[in-house]
Formats: sequence, structure tokens, C-alpha cells
Amino acid sequence: MTEATLVDVFTTRHAYVMFVLLASIGLYMMIANQNLVKKLIGLNMFQTGVFLFFVTTAFVQGGSAPVIPPDGSGGPFVSPLPHVIVLTAIVVGVSLTAVGLALIIRLYTEYGTLRADSLREVMQNE
Amino acid sequence: MSDVVLPLLVALPIMISVLPLIFGLKYENAGWPIAMGGSLTVLALAVYTITEVAANGRLIHALGNYPQPYGIELVGDELSTLIVLLIGLVSVLVLVYSRTRGPYGNAFHSGYLLLTGGLLGVVLTGDLFNLFVFLEITGLVTYALVASDRSGKSAYAALKYVFLGTIGASLYLIGVGYLYVATGTLNMRDLQGAIETVGYTDPLIQAAFGFILVGFALKVALFPLHTWQPDAYAYAPDSVSAYISALVSTAAAYALIRISFDVFTVEFFLVNDLISTAIMAAASVSIVVGSLLALMQTEIKRMFAYSSVAQFGMIVAAIAVANETAVFGAIIHLFGHGLMKAGLFMAAGILAAVYGARTIDEYAGLANRSPFTAASIAVIGIALIGIPPSIGFLGKWFIGLGAVEAGEWGVAFVIFVSTMLTLAYVFRIIEKLYFDPPGDPHGHGSDHDHEHEHDGAATDGGHELVADTSAVTVGMVVMVVSITIAVVALGFSWELFFDLLAPVLERFFQ
Repeated sequence: MTEATLVDVFTTRHAYVMFVLLASIGLYMMIANQNLVKKLIGLNMFQTGVFLFFVTTAFVQGGSAPVIPPDGSGGPFVSPLPHVIVLTAIVVGVSLTAVGLALIIRLYTEYGTLRADSLREVMQNE
Repeated sequence: MSDVVLPLLVALPIMISVLPLIFGLKYENAGWPIAMGGSLTVLALAVYTITEVAANGRLIHALGNYPQPYGIELVGDELSTLIVLLIGLVSVLVLVYSRTRGPYGNAFHSGYLLLTGGLLGVVLTGDLFNLFVFLEITGLVTYALVASDRSGKSAYAALKYVFLGTIGASLYLIGVGYLYVATGTLNMRDLQGAIETVGYTDPLIQAAFGFILVGFALKVALFPLHTWQPDAYAYAPDSVSAYISALVSTAAAYALIRISFDVFTVEFFLVNDLISTAIMAAASVSIVVGSLLALMQTEIKRMFAYSSVAQFGMIVAAIAVANETAVFGAIIHLFGHGLMKAGLFMAAGILAAVYGARTIDEYAGLANRSPFTAASIAVIGIALIGIPPSIGFLGKWFIGLGAVEAGEWGVAFVIFVSTMLTLAYVFRIIEKLYFDPPGDPHGHGSDHDHEHEHDGAATDGGHELVADTSAVTVGMVVMVVSITIAVVALGFSWELFFDLLAPVLERFFQ
């Protein structure tokens, strides 16, 4: 492995830097924000970071879309597997968001608030 | 061609799960018979699979006949079929229980079947990404089922579970991504060799294991990551608590065992001493703190939930000890803990349904009025402590023995301490049940938990506990008592388990 400086990492591996940034910002938002909907957005952002990581790993320098013509020529191709994985993971993420939002709606109709701290307070006094 | 049973096991409950909703359009009570039919079929298939596997070795089914390692395969070996059997058993037992106790809706029964299918998928898959999908199916349905009694508290508990469960699964996915980058494959059997080629000390491999471990630690609720679990177990409907406490974390812990020893192999732990030491330390903290927190609870379901934190700590510690005896103990404990917790939550649900009793103080003197249920709680509680003969003893004994064999005295000591603490909290319940006069005025003050609105007939504590026997059928008590008998009877069966699991352990520790 060659010696990689910080500049190299930022100029040639920016997609990975983005993955770490997106995931950490999402995670921080989920933990630090008191608004339940924003927490859910943070969770989505964290997942998007993970998806970005998978898409990045599929990249091949000069690769084309992995559609192989009948004569089997062409290439190099980018790896199709991570794309399939991300597609599946996006579907899973959408259903998670749906379940989360449904629960948030029920909490809102029950307690009339979207803030986690006031929700805890209300539930303690119950 | 007997390997066809594996895809059937996974696909059948998932396909049947749409039927309660479809038939629900015409018949109001279609859900329960369909769910029961599905669960009984799963149980029958599970029994068939385990006899088949015990006789002829593991079954491997390549889905869609795609060549390996490109396609997804389902693998049923002795370990996974044992957990499949547990899933089949518990799903039938809990369904008999939920017949009278509820939830009743068709949507619940659809979710129930979907959860069964998801769990079977987690246990049977031989592909890391497929495992993620099934983990998420399991998670999604669990979130919905936890909130299925439509109360605000359960919705909050479920939402908390959504956040932490998803983070857990996503961390696992990052780990899988790292493994894929390092090796270029996702098939578990293929990965075993690929990881060895890359090298066990490669930072990418180590990071992958770290992410996968933390992801599963969230899913099985190890100590600092357990916060979703007591709320989810305590506020879920009783039937759902019994089902998820017995199976959901169990499936995740099973997956951790599978990945640790079938994908990373025991060599990985030998080479990375620091990793196993760190897991052992975290698991030990989880054991002690889980037991202490359980001791501090006044609400019964919450106490059992924290006790699960301690028990899963033990299983994870056994994984890190990584010798044959400890892992054998971990597998027995996984199976036994599932049965014991199902029994305890079902028994607690019966007492809550009849007397509205949900805290320890409300349990005073109930042994005279519900002798069978109280005796079941007492016996399963004693099994949970680890007093022989019981399956709880076997699991703890082999984990402890394995720790001593490996020279990990710290783990052995922690298990001993946790046994003492378990003794303390279980005997608090037994003392209340058997030796306290009924109608004890303690605990009916302002902190009294008005949780039992959802079965309108139940009374609300007070000085006089009025029994509502219509909420419970003989069948429910029979289920709890039969689990109790099984928990004790399996205490004599370690040779049975050993014969069954010998090929798996041999493969893990060749």
C-alpha cells in the first residue's frame, strides 16, 4: 500500500469521505434532535450514507453499465451486485420510514406533540 | 430432494401471511385458524427437517439453481434446525395463548406469520446480504406488533425500537459491505476461505467484524445498547412480549454465532486476542448490569426484560471464549432461554389478565388463587437461576465450564455473580407469590400503573383483587405448564443436545 496523505484521501476518495460524513451527520441528527420527524430524517440520512458506500464500491475506472451484449464482448463492467443490494436496501428503508411515520402519527394524535422530551414528560405524568 | 423443505419453511409462512387479510374481507375471524394452520405446518416441517438433518447431515439448497457462490443458498445444519424447531414450537404455543388473550385482528395474524417467516429466513439463510433482508423483515414486523395494542406507550416503545433496530441493521450492513470489498463474495461458506486468504489481521476484516458485532449487539440488546428492549417488552401486548422475547433476539444471537464461527472462524478470535477480550469485557458488564437492573425493577415484565439483557450477555461472552464447551453451552442457553422467557411472559400475562397484577407487590398471595400459573413462574424462575435439573442449568454450566477451561476466570466469576443476583430477583417474586398475605396494601399508591385498560374486564388493583377468570382458558394454563415441564425435562437431555450438535461443533472447532 502506498503512503496516502490526507489530501489524497480527500481528492481521490471523496465518495468514501462523503459516506462517513453523511452517516455521522445522520446519526448525530437522530440522537441530538428532539423532533421525532427530524430524527427519522436523520435515520434516513444515515442509511443513505451506507447506500452511497455500496454504490461507490461498485465503481470501476472506465467501466460501463453491466449489460453484456449477446456476443459477450465489451467490458470492463462496473460490478452490478452492490447496485442490486442498494436497490433492495432502499426498499427496506422506505418501508422502515413508513412504519416510523405511522408510529409518529399515532403518537401525535395521542399526545399532541412531536418532541421526544415533552413526550417523555407527558408519559411520566400519565 | 429433501432440501426443498428449506425454501418451503421460509416461503410458506410469508405466502400464507397475506391470507388473513384477504379472507378478513369476508370472514371476521379468519386470522387465527390460518395462522394456526401455518404455524402447525411450520412445526411439522421443522420436526421433519431436524430428523432429516440429524440422520443425513446438513441440507443445502441453492435458490433458483444459481451456481454457487453467485446465487443465494439456504443451509440447514444441526444448529439452525434446532432454532427452527424452537421457532415452530413457540409460534404454536403463543398462538394457542393469543386465541383468548389477543390481539385478535387479522392484521395481527398476518404480521405474526410474516414474523415467523422472517425469523426462519434469518436462521436458514447462507448469504450475508440475504440475512440483512430477513433481519429487516423481522425488525419491521416486530415494530408493528409491539405497537399492535394501539396504546400511546407501546407506540413510543415501538418507535424507539425502530430507531435502534434500524441503526443495528445498518451497522451490520456496513460490516457486510466491508467484507464484500475485502473478499468479493457474500456467501457464508465461500467467505470462510476468502477471509483466510485475505488474512485475519487485515484492518478491513477486523473493521467488518466490529461493525457486524455492534450491529448484533443492538439487536440482541447488550448492556449499553439495550435501552429499546425493556420498553418494547413491557408495553407490547402480553402475547407479543412472549413471542418476541423468546425468538427475535434469539435469532439475532444465532446469526452472531453463525457469523462468528462459520464466516470468521475460531482462528479469527485466536489471532485477534484484543477483540475477544473486548467482547468478553462488554458482555460481562452486560451480565452484571442486566442482573442488577432486573433486581431493581418493580414491574414484572420489565424485570424479565432486563434479565434477558443478562442472559444474552452470557451467550455473547461464550462466543468470545470461543471453545467447544462454551459455544455448546451458548447454543443450549439460546434454546433454553427462548423457552423459559416464553413461559415466563405467558404466565405473567395470565396473572395480568385475571388479577390485573403487573408489579411484584400485586403478586402477593396469588399462589393460593392461581396455583398452576404461580408454580410455573416459580419453577421456570428457578430454572433461570440455573438450579438443576433444568435447561437453564445446562446452558449456564457449560458456558461456565468453557470459561474455566479457557482460563477466563473473569467470565466464570461474572456468571457466578449473576446467578446470585438472579437468585435474589427470582426469590423476590416467589416470596411474594407464596409467603405474602394477599391484598397487601403496598404498591397501590399513586405510582400504581394503570396499564390494564386494554382488557376492559380486568379490575384495577385496589385493595381487593377481583379475579376475572373469563380472560383465561384452561388451554393457556396448559401451555404454560407444559413449557415448565419441558424446561425441567430438558435438564436431563444434555447428551441429546450433544449428539445433535457434535457435527456443528466439530466444524466450528476442527
